Amino acid sequence: MDFQVVVLAGGNSKNLTPLVSKELPKPLLPVANCPVLNYVLHQLEQSNLKDLIVVVEGEDAALLVGAWISGTFIDRLHVEIAAVPEDIGTAGALRAISHHLTAKDILVVSGDLVSDVPPGALAATHRRHDAAVTTMLCSIPVCGPLESGSSGGKDKAKKLGRYNIIGLDPSKQFLLHIATGAEIEKDARISKRILHAVGQMEMRSDLMDAHMYAFKRSVLQEVLDVKDTFQSLKEDVLPYLVRSQLKSEALLNRTPQGEENSNEKVSSQNNQAFISRILANASTPSFHGIYSENPDGSSSTRKTHKCCVYIASSSSYCVRLNSIQAFMDINRDVTGDADHLLSPNNIIGPSPKLGTKTTVGPNCRLGEGSEMGDKCQVKRSIIGRHCRIGSHVKVVNSVVMNHVTIGDGCIIQGSVICSNVQLQERVELKDCQVGAGFVVTAGSEYKAESLAKKEK
Amino acid sequence: MDPRRTARTVSGPKVRQVGFFTPAPPERSISDPPRFQDPIQPPSPSPTQVNDHSPSGNSLSPVMIPPAHHHSDNFLRTALQVTSPTKAFSYSAKTVTIPPENEDVASSFSPGRKVFSAKSPSSFPGVKASSVPASELTTVSVVNLPPGISEKAGGASVEVQNDRPVSAKTLKEKTSKAERRALQEAQRAAKAAAKAEGTKASSAASKVVTSANTKPSKAAKSSSQKNDGSQVAASEKKGGDRAPEKDRKKDAPHPRMQYDDKSRVEKAKKRAVVKQTEARNRVELFRHLPQYEHGTQLPDLETKFFELDPMHPAVYKVGLQYLSGDIRGGNARCIAMFQAFKEAIKDYSTPPEKTLIRDLAARISSYVSFLIECRPLSISMGNAIKFLKNRIAKLPLALSESEAKSTLMLDIDRFINEKIILSEKVIVKHAVTKIQDGDVLLTYGASSVVEMILLHAHELGKHFHVVVVDSRPKLEGQLLLRRLVRKGLSCTHTHVNAVSCIMQDVTRVFLGASSVLSNGTVYSRVGTACVAMVAHAFRVPVLVCCEAYKFHERVQLDSICFNELGNPDAISKVQGREEINYLDGLVNQENLQLLNLIYDATPSDYVSMIITDYGMIPPTSVPVIVREYRRDHLWS
Repeated sequence: MDFQVVVLAGGNSKNLTPLVSKELPKPLLPVANCPVLNYVLHQLEQSNLKDLIVVVEGEDAALLVGAWISGTFIDRLHVEIAAVPEDIGTAGALRAISHHLTAKDILVVSGDLVSDVPPGALAATHRRHDAAVTTMLCSIPVCGPLESGSSGGKDKAKKLGRYNIIGLDPSKQFLLHIATGAEIEKDARISKRILHAVGQMEMRSDLMDAHMYAFKRSVLQEVLDVKDTFQSLKEDVLPYLVRSQLKSEALLNRTPQGEENSNEKVSSQNNQAFISRILANASTPSFHGIYSENPDGSSSTRKTHKCCVYIASSSSYCVRLNSIQAFMDINRDVTGDADHLLSPNNIIGPSPKLGTKTTVGPNCRLGEGSEMGDKCQVKRSIIGRHCRIGSHVKVVNSVVMNHVTIGDGCIIQGSVICSNVQLQERVELKDCQVGAGFVVTAGSEYKAESLAKKEK
Repeated sequence: MDPRRTARTVSGPKVRQVGFFTPAPPERSISDPPRFQDPIQPPSPSPTQVNDHSPSGNSLSPVMIPPAHHHSDNFLRTALQVTSPTKAFSYSAKTVTIPPENEDVASSFSPGRKVFSAKSPSSFPGVKASSVPASELTTVSVVNLPPGISEKAGGASVEVQNDRPVSAKTLKEKTSKAERRALQEAQRAAKAAAKAEGTKASSAASKVVTSANTKPSKAAKSSSQKNDGSQVAASEKKGGDRAPEKDRKKDAPHPRMQYDDKSRVEKAKKRAVVKQTEARNRVELFRHLPQYEHGTQLPDLETKFFELDPMHPAVYKVGLQYLSGDIRGGNARCIAMFQAFKEAIKDYSTPPEKTLIRDLAARISSYVSFLIECRPLSISMGNAIKFLKNRIAKLPLALSESEAKSTLMLDIDRFINEKIILSEKVIVKHAVTKIQDGDVLLTYGASSVVEMILLHAHELGKHFHVVVVDSRPKLEGQLLLRRLVRKGLSCTHTHVNAVSCIMQDVTRVFLGASSVLSNGTVYSRVGTACVAMVAHAFRVPVLVCCEAYKFHERVQLDSICFNELGNPDAISKVQGREEINYLDGLVNQENLQLLNLIYDATPSDYVSMIITDYGMIPPTSVPVIVREYRRDHLWS
């Protein structure tokens, strides 16, 4: 379909420390015992998109991710991995690989998107409108654990501010305004020109930019070339394109037109104009078309481009893993409500050895080779591979990664315990994050803390 | 046109079949043109026949017409295309930069190979970065492996593939006008010569060529294959013999799907790409027409975007636009479809062990059936598709792939230019003479030709007033009105309900048409009949403007048996006026049936004149045009 897919997998995310580390870059962070990147790749594979470029920040991370992909998706996907320096942002990452982009349109997906919205829908919307950029919007996920609301409360208030303010046209097809990140706090600046052309704008704050975009390649490359200070797709490139959709600089439209015209003979250009007029008259003009018309009806030199949206239906699942809270939520949802997301290749090994009187509640996932002692309780939790859990351990609403050793009598609630952690006896953790390789001494109690090995 | 016309009168006796014909006898049917699964098309006396000196020897044609000019036609074309490869090679320079990728691709067949070679490590500009081919595409299970890889493998191969057809095309187009002129000249000369020589000449000429304007009955496909086959290889005979049988099957009038036949509908649904939920509560009289729940198709089709592998993106886009109503109007839909097909042909490459003619025809058929699922074809599109398929079938076997492709693309361009654009211009020229100062012209809906007529007359400085009559739910007239008012025309806008009141002031009615059938019935946007009848009652002349390529030999007396059903919600709801949606909640009631017809048929009695590219004719002359000129549409 002439689409190229770029997966921006990221590298080490500051938001997710201490969960991610050098050994475990963000794309490989396990969600329900399955790296988060797997969800995106699986989704793309389902959509028959088998030729991907995965962009990873940092060389080491790229090697790790590459090794994992080649191990998992061998025979199934054609993946090319590009390593880019850290901290150059999403726009920077695309700039670095932009000379590899050759297809007509580019689908850019964030590697941390856990969603069941088919990318095809976005692409089809993009094609139908012949848009410069199409972005997927989804409703803001319910955050915070459903049961133990106490931990989510503070985060929730903080995070709601971080989502987008989005302006749509009445038909909900075009994006007229978007404010992201820090801009939300400021006054919204809405282009008078756009407002005048459309007549009516619907402001929404209950939608979130899901970081899945379809770009027209020529537009994307031009913008990245010209605006070399742009760092982030979401905060720089997209708002720029939305802002300038009615006064789009010539550069945005020049390239495609040039290509078309060079094919045509001069004499047939007249006919070409004729055809395009018939086609244009045949369809209901969007406000772009009306705006670019001169008062006398002839099409003027005013260039416009379209910024479209695809709004995912509210029944679909779409969350980005960009914070620890989101990590917890996704883990909960993936094992619970949205368990169809778990790809079939997420093999659940031979059922782990359980001690006597150990209960494992619903919505749990136990990795292969894990052992549990007697009288343990596991509720709504995920336990990775080869964990050794002593007796009288209680694990609730938590994520325990691989190779974790938990001593007898530990109580773990709402926490994330990374790989190779050792919890000695009678540790009590509540809403904590324990970084990889950390050793929690016996009998200690922590509440809402982040524990990690001191590096360097 | 004129020389052709005279040429045709010579061959007159054969074609002069007026009125209705019984289906051709079986022997004839062997040699009838392939039917190409056009459901609209009833069996018809074959207009298109090739002199056959074919081995099968079923030369039943009573009159032999020399297939004269085609020799030169082909010759010219091939001569032209020989030069094209040189042009194509100049593009190879582009690919030089990307060899590493190509290597990768080549090696990607070894499964499981982990390559951490620095693939073009320094190729990232500015930033220090390297790309690591981590996992190689080794999809053995995927069926379309070879094309998939070649298409997707990195940038290099894609560019090469895309560029070549482009280059061929540009070259083609640069010369196309001159070539066309030369071709026409050659045709004329050849025809004249052939006429002089009489029927004997045909035997000599037919050996080589496919023919355009010749009449003798012979299936186009088989004959073209045979004729070329005789040159190329004798083994081709087998294929040639099989073809007529196929044609015979196709010859039976392809029954149009009757959508009240449940088992058939089920079967069709299984084949369908687009999810089609049959609408409930259909009006009894129109049960045989397809009607689907609107609103479910588009999202469903969208989600399948990447899964429809064989569908070309351009075709897919057009389908989406049909479905969502972004493109409407016979001409626009036809042009959009042809442009999409052109793209598809440009990117087409014959799979191994298949012949271009058959495979491409099958490919186009699959595209067409996809488009039908998105929205039923208009008659103009049916005719256009017939034209294209004919061109494909008639491609000489000896033609190389790139030549064949560029020939087809050129044909498509010619069809658009000559049959649509030129004929619109001619119609405008004719129609403008009917507009005088002080006229009050009434039009209904939004016809592209009528719009051009009005604008042209305005440009000529004529002073007239326009009444744009419109109707819900599409309100297309408003778009027309908007463009007219911007150009400074003085207009009146009213809805069809008021047409009887305004008609007394009107001096002429200009109408567009989706099709004109051979009994003079005008098939057009629903409401046209009403306007025409009112005009007739007020003794206002009704002028229907319709390009000749939209003519169809079907005879239709009512608008029931063939029609299209639109979205019933469109008439039950008023957009933007929530407060008057009284039917909310009643739509799914058993005893409420909503009927949103798209077309209607205006009997020829109410039509004073049809303005077409062959001049201004009475509706009774439509069959003449259909009969005399259909060959032009198909063969030219």
